[in-house]
Order: sequence, then structure tokens, then C-alpha cells
Amino acid sequence: MPLDPQSIRQDFPILKRRLPGDQPLVFLDNAASSQRPQSVIDAMTDCYENFYANVHRGIHTLSEESTAGYEAARVTTQQFLNAASQREVIFTSGTTAAINLVARSWGDAHVTADDTILLTICEHHANIVPWHQLAERVGCRVEFLLINDDYSIDTETVAEALQRLQPKLFAFTATSNVLGTVFPVQQWAQLAKENGATVLVDAAQAAPHQAIDVQDWDADFVIFSGHKVCGPSGIGVLYGREALLAAMPPFLGGGAMIDRVTVDGFTSAELPEKFEAGTPPIVEAIGLARALQYLQDTGLNEIARHERDLAAAAEQQLRDVEGVNLFGPRQSEKAGIVSFTIDGVHPHDIAQWLNLRGIAVRAGHHCAMPLHEHMGLTATARASFYLYNTLDEVEQLVDAVKQTREKFARSGRRRRRSSISSSSS
Amino acid sequence: MISVDFHHFLVSIAFLPAMASVSSSMPSEQDIYEEHVLDHYEDPYNRGELASATHADEGKNPLCGDVVQVSLRLAGDGKVEEAFFDGHGCVISQASASMLMEEMEGKTPEEVKDFTAEQMLELFGPQLTPNRQKCCLLPWRVLQSALHSPLEEDEADDDAAHFSGPSLSEEN
Ligand SMILES: Cc1ncc(COP(=O)(O)O)c(C=O)c1O
Repeated sequence: MPLDPQSIRQDFPILKRRLPGDQPLVFLDNAASSQRPQSVIDAMTDCYENFYANVHRGIHTLSEESTAGYEAARVTTQQFLNAASQREVIFTSGTTAAINLVARSWGDAHVTADDTILLTICEHHANIVPWHQLAERVGCRVEFLLINDDYSIDTETVAEALQRLQPKLFAFTATSNVLGTVFPVQQWAQLAKENGATVLVDAAQAAPHQAIDVQDWDADFVIFSGHKVCGPSGIGVLYGREALLAAMPPFLGGGAMIDRVTVDGFTSAELPEKFEAGTPPIVEAIGLARALQYLQDTGLNEIARHERDLAAAAEQQLRDVEGVNLFGPRQSEKAGIVSFTIDGVHPHDIAQWLNLRGIAVRAGHHCAMPLHEHMGLTATARASFYLYNTLDEVEQLVDAVKQTREKFARSGRRRRRSSISSSSS
Repeated sequence: MISVDFHHFLVSIAFLPAMASVSSSMPSEQDIYEEHVLDHYEDPYNRGELASATHADEGKNPLCGDVVQVSLRLAGDGKVEEAFFDGHGCVISQASASMLMEEMEGKTPEEVKDFTAEQMLELFGPQLTPNRQKCCLLPWRVLQSALHSPLEEDEADDDAAHFSGPSLSEEN
């Protein structure tokens, strides 16, 4: 059954927000961060109001209850990913923190100066910089797969690079946060395995929109953030294959990650606590679990189809607007992300002008500078759709883009030729 | 090459997004793009490279990757005889560069140094949100460092290394 965005919108209190000039909010910046339904907000409030305490350490009612809530969230997340065991689900503070954890712990233990880390040019800085940092520490090489003119990467290119470079790790995003390209994770993971590479999948842009089965993907690490899946900020998930995680040294040291500490040293706790030093994001985990349930109840396939329909409608109409350039693959291989430029108008000015119409889009390099450089651009504007967006909002976007073009078109303006500047207050 | 982030010292209290009620005090974009600003954008003052420059530098806005170059010719008496800017960017950064070049010609290095970020925002006119203040202040920041970046190999005169400006930071 197709999804009914009007009824979904009732679940998201922030969508009632009015902007200056009494504009309704048209929120099209979901790839940066989504909004949350009332049920997620309520689950978190409920914890704070009724059973919040630190986890895993108090012998008292509230701590027992908080611990139960936190661990139940781990089970929900395990089921969301179809992970084989709860021990494979580590809560971090986000995607960035999780990738850094792998780079520090697994990377420092396994990667040497002779090794190569293979990435794609489409990666978010979060999946580039930690590998550059690893390269600075151990001297390994970092290589990038480039995209074709149609914004895809062929299987043959991937297979050839894996064979030639024999990388220690192939780390790639499941979905480009700029182009919306959806990469064939399972196929690439399989190819990587055949060439002996460990596989890390940045699922930050995939988890909000598709059912993930880590066993199907057969990836070693799969990572996503809570704030993009209608959950809270400050939490992310690292899935790791149990045997790998068990063999990895701990990353952050402190409370909760130890078995025993003496004046001479320490022994680490078992999984997953080994990688959860300090007080974890307790309430955030509870909120995340509720968000994952919300997405599953709504139906991830329906969500993905709805977003694709919106993005397709937006692209089709924007394509007809003179001066508008679209970046991304054919619709069938694409998530609900539409990145564009307008000839002669800076993306910042596009975003600012759309904001006047109550429309929130992102402008800039979207933390993907290498990709923008590869495409010969410094910045793009990006509209990204989610389950609560409507066709009506697509129309508003398209209208506003047309107006943007008119507003900033060159019209033979002249600066006042006086050297005494008019200081407006 | 410098990078700019003014977030920490220029976020004016009025823009701190604490409550929903803050919305009424946010500037309207219609005002940002007032005629005066668009005029400078379309018909900039001294845009291009200054062949006879004695001082020059370039800077980048890490938020969007925009680059601005400023080249200056300081006269024998030390005054800014000519000030040119180049680069590409949004309406705000291009218009503010144009206004700044116009304003700075004829000034002594001390006067340029004393021209504060607040004064730059005032010169620009329309109120800007903290993120757009970065765009507006990029040319000002590059101007300040250009003043310390002589083009001659006159190392003794080069005190650019001692310039302590705001720290750099990246978009998050
Ligand atoms: C593909 C991708 N990877 C990583 C990240 C970083 O996620 P976070 O900022 O939650 O750590 C993002 C978010 O912008 C993303 O889109």
C-alpha cells in the first residue's frame, strides 16, 4: 500500500512549525538530518521522567530499568540489521565516531605501510579523513574509485581495482549523500571478499530508507547514525562481525569497557561493552529503538518508493527549468536526493532564497569535497526527501527554483558611483 | 592561504537559536538581497587582478569552498593606493568584497587594521545570520592578511606569521 504522507505528517510535531512571514516549513534537508515523530520524543521523555539512571552499574530499581531499556534497544537494532548476535551491535555517538573506532582499533592493528585502503570518490569526509589519518600513522595508501559520467561505478571497475590493488579494506558508502547513487553493496562485498579485503559499509544514507540485512550484505562493518533515521542525535551504530570485533583491541579506555583494572594494567570487558567506554547514550538508544520501530511499522520499502517518486517528480520538473543542472544517476538507481546548481547563482544564494519560501535545503559541498572537485564544482544545492514530504512540497520547490533564477539573473544593475558609501542601518 | 571561521566571536546574541520565539528576530532574506547589495554584486568595484600589486593573499570559506583573492598596492607613504579582489562566491561574499575594496582605498595600514569585523558587517548593511556572516567577512579577513603578505622576497618585512587571526574550522 502506498504511504500516506498526510497522515504521517501528523506524527511529526515539528512540521507544524511556522517560519518568519508565517510560512509553513518545507523540510527538504533530510539527508543532513531527519525530524522525529512524537513517539520517539515521548519514549525519551518517558525515560527521563520515569526511569533514568546510569546503566550497567547501579543495584537499584532505576538503574535496572534503564539498563533493561538500553539493552532492549540493542536487540531492536540487532533485529533491524538482522545481525546474528547482540554482541555485534555497538552504540557509538554517530557514524563519524564509529568509522573512527574502526580506523583506530582495527586499522592500527591490521594495516601496515604496504597496505592499501580502497574508497570511492563519493565518500563523505567521515569515511575519508579517518583513513588519511591512519595513513599518517602507519604509512598505508588510500585509493579512490572514480565515478563514470553517469554517476555510477561499474562492477568491472570495482573488480579490476580490487584485483590490482589487493586492498586490506574496501570502505564505501551504500548511498551517495550528494548524488543519491545506490551502490550494489552485496555484489561489491562479494568481490572484496574474493580478493581478501575487509569490507566497511557506510550506511548513514541507506539505513533511513531501506531494509538492511547485514548477513545478506556479508559486510564486516556496517555503520549508521540515529539522527538520520528519525532518531535522536548523539547516537550511532557500529555493526561488526563478531570474530573481528572480538580480535580487535579496545578503542577508548575508561569505565564500562573493562573487566578488571589494577595499578599495572587492565583487561577488557566482553563484547559489546569492550567498545562502549564511559556512560553510553542511554536515552538516545531508547529513542533510536523507537525510531527504528516506527520506520519498520511504516514499511521501509514503502518509504523508499515514496521518496523515489518525489525525487523523480522534482527532477522531471527541474530538468525543464532553463539554467538548472542536475547531478545524479538515472532514477531507478537513485535514492530521494536531488542535487542541482543554477547557472550564475551560487548555491548559498539558492538556499537562502528558498529559505524565504520556507524551504530548507542544503547548500555547499555536503562534506564531500573530493566528489565536488572531481565534478569540477565547489558547491551544489541539495533537496533530500523523506517519508513526510509531499508532491505539493515538490511543486513549491520547483516554483521557488524558477523564482531564484529570475531574482539573481543579471539585469544590468549599476553600483552607486559615490565613494561615500551609503551605510544602511 | 587562510581559512576563516568567525563563529566563536561574532555570533551575535540575537541569533542564538534558543527558542521558537527567536524566529521573529531572524533577518528576512528579502532584506539581505537589498538593491544596494545586488548592485555591488552585479557591478563590483575593482574586481580582477592588480598587476602592480605589492601585497596579496587568498582565503577560503570552508563552509562552501569559495575562494577570494585580495591584491593591494601600497604607495610610498604606506597608504592603500589600490585594492582589488577576485574569486568566485555567493552574492554576500562578492558584494561585501566590492564594498570593502571601495572603502579601503586611501586608508593607511593602521586604519585598515583598525577596521573591525563589526564595522565590516555594518558597512555591508543588512543583518546576517552567523553562517552568512562568514561569507560577508571572508574578504575582510583576506584583506587583513594581504596587508601582511608582501609580494617581494623581502622576508624582513613579512610579519604575516605573527598575525593572530581567528582559528580555522570546517563545516559540520
Ligand atoms: C554518507 C554519510 N556518511 C557519514 C555521515 C556522517 O554522519 P554523522 O555526522 O552522523 O557522524 C553522513 C552524514 O552527513 C553521511 O551522509
